[in-house]
Amino acid sequence: MAKKVTKKEDVFSWDYAPALEGTAHVKIKNKYDLFIDGKFVKPMSGRYFDTINPATEECVSQIAHGNDADVDKAVKAARKAYKNVWSKVSPSDRAKYIYRIARLMQERARELAVIETIDSGKVITESRDIDIPLACNHFFYYAGWADKLAYAFPNRKVEPLGVVGQIIPWNFPLLMAAWKIAPALAAGNTVVLKPAETTSLTALKLAEIIKDSGLPDGVVNIVTGHGDTGAAIVNHADVNKIAFTGSTQVGKLIQASIAGTDKKLTLELGGKSANIILDDAPIDQAVEGIVNGIFFNQGHVCCAGSRLFVQENVADLVLKKLKRRMDQLIIGDPLDKNTDIGAINSKEQLNTINKYIAIGKDEGADIYQASPKVPEKGYYCAPTLFTDVAQSNRIVQEEIFGPVLTVQTFRTVDEVIQKANNSPYGLAAGIWSDKGARVFNLSSKLKAGVVWANTYNKFDPTSPFGGYKESGFGREGGVHGLSAYVNLKS
Amino acid sequence: MKNNTSNIVLPNFSESPRIDKVGVEERVAKFQKRSIKSETKIQGLKMALSMIDLTTLEGKDTPGKVKQMCYKAQHVHDVFSELPKVAAVCVYPSMVDVAVKAVAGSGVKVASVSTAFPSGQAPLAVKLADTKFAVSKGADEIDMVISRGKFLSGEYNFVFDEIAAIKEACGKARLKVILETGELVTLDNVRRASDIAMYAGADFIKTSTGKIQPAATMQVTYVMLEAIRDFMDTTGIKVGMKPAGGISNSKLALHNLVMVNEVLGAGWLNNGWFRFGASSLANDVLMQIVKAETGVYQSSNYFSID
Repeated sequence: MAKKVTKKEDVFSWDYAPALEGTAHVKIKNKYDLFIDGKFVKPMSGRYFDTINPATEECVSQIAHGNDADVDKAVKAARKAYKNVWSKVSPSDRAKYIYRIARLMQERARELAVIETIDSGKVITESRDIDIPLACNHFFYYAGWADKLAYAFPNRKVEPLGVVGQIIPWNFPLLMAAWKIAPALAAGNTVVLKPAETTSLTALKLAEIIKDSGLPDGVVNIVTGHGDTGAAIVNHADVNKIAFTGSTQVGKLIQASIAGTDKKLTLELGGKSANIILDDAPIDQAVEGIVNGIFFNQGHVCCAGSRLFVQENVADLVLKKLKRRMDQLIIGDPLDKNTDIGAINSKEQLNTINKYIAIGKDEGADIYQASPKVPEKGYYCAPTLFTDVAQSNRIVQEEIFGPVLTVQTFRTVDEVIQKANNSPYGLAAGIWSDKGARVFNLSSKLKAGVVWANTYNKFDPTSPFGGYKESGFGREGGVHGLSAYVNLKS
Repeated sequence: MKNNTSNIVLPNFSESPRIDKVGVEERVAKFQKRSIKSETKIQGLKMALSMIDLTTLEGKDTPGKVKQMCYKAQHVHDVFSELPKVAAVCVYPSMVDVAVKAVAGSGVKVASVSTAFPSGQAPLAVKLADTKFAVSKGADEIDMVISRGKFLSGEYNFVFDEIAAIKEACGKARLKVILETGELVTLDNVRRASDIAMYAGADFIKTSTGKIQPAATMQVTYVMLEAIRDFMDTTGIKVGMKPAGGISNSKLALHNLVMVNEVLGAGWLNNGWFRFGASSLANDVLMQIVKAETGVYQSSNYFSID
């Protein structure tokens, strides 16, 4: 007979034993040089910096810090390769090289996944199942376009731009490199790429793969370093285009510094995306979508659903379920296959997140933090929820880039559209509803580059990605992603 | 109708919470990604063994076969000491008396299917008589089937009243309500049927008879577990869960336990609240336990088939 449960029953916990991904097969050198003109070369700066495993705070390797002279060398190599070799390679042969890179990445997927996790703090299941396969898929996808550019842009004459400078962030290190390099090569350009300073390793592994693939020397050059290295690429006179993914602040600096030049520019910047739960949504799946939207990759996602809007008549239910779900998340060693939330990418970023959490408390918002055991060593942040917030709060307006979610309620659809669009950003949005009509109404009125319906954080090489307003311009992925790397003539 | 939920306000079953199939599949995939190793695995395997309702539901069942199964239920693999007994044996009403004698004093429960199992195509009077017969022979648990035809035609009150009537006929026996999810087709239907069964007085909700495919998929079990959670939140009443049919190997059983652990919590991780309806699962679990303890796989010839 079913009974009311009054007393607390004897409950034993079934905690999962550690299931660590092996690292024996992974080779990380003590020191990495720059990859220029098909060779690893010592930086002319003579300087190296440490790259840290954010989960252990231990130094993993030393990375070369490229300076102006190094960047100049890389751009010259890229120009030479463009003029003498790459522009003469037939489109179908370009495709073969890109395809070969994809295959080699696939073969070394396990190694790449482990290195990505060690270097960035993201959980191994994510590197293994999302980052690395998607990165491979971008190369596969753009390999297919290399000899079909005439079909991508019918009735136009398609020309490559020349040498492109690419600067990528630390949240999806290898994936962002793939997003940038694959379409650039497919369109016939040569590349100088700078990975983020905290996550250079997989880009350098990619350099090894590119070397193995036999891609002509100088077609892809990888110059590691800090902000000054990136600035040297942006300001180099012989670069035809800059593609940048990162913060809006840096994006504005780049745009200002290339003003008056003929350099082309695409920017994929920050976001403060709205995730909207309507009262007819499938609630349990929506809760999962909220968790995926903001806690995926520790919230280090430019399109993270960091502003949650819940219709008031289901708000209590959604919050109760969300808090319970947050308590379930396992936070800890990113190499453990059972970990849900890994380490924050860097000490600096952890400080930023903690600063915003303090601001949220000062602004009078109610805070809820999941209570899993956070490891003592390493940069960790418990999943955090702020309720009782307003549009005017800084934690609602500014991008935090961490596992911090603000929750607002709304009464009518018009109200939520107004509030969701009341942001300088416009990268993405999520809508949760059982009614197709409501989904289409909202998706056409939200000023966001991507609108997901009943899901969140879904990426595919065939689908364009990019933002409105201060989230940037230009699109990456799909046929749209090619247009950022070509000159079109009629 | 008097039952344990008689003082609870009934929801409108036409408006059961919506279920998004794609979202459910993604959630289930996350459970399947959990890596269950070393002591957690042994713990899980022993837990799974203790949750099995060892089942024989065939027209050709004999008292001899039922007796053998009852012996196995208490002595799953005597080569190894410290293995738990299974939770229950599950038989047709006509075999209940044989089973009751065979497991007497062991702590293993006797479950009987009833209500014109597996189709449920009989009038209520017959279903009540079927149930009362099994209870009178000493069944501890009754596994009834819902009238799927009535459910699919939207006669939710009929289904509700029938379950409530059977519940009353059960007396002290615990009632498991089989939804036969393979015939309900959609997850929205699974959720609605779960709600109806629980509000009508089910002690357990159960996926399938084992006679229809698909049976206990993880997607279906997940939706039912969420329904149990919501029912507990709303009414304070705890209901058990029994996936049955199709769970034939240890890995799938462990994934199911992970799902129970993460949706309902450890309070459901015992055979009072969670069961596996299965016949071939036990030997696979045994084989894995022996492998974990000795380091080698043994041939299936070393494990008795019934």
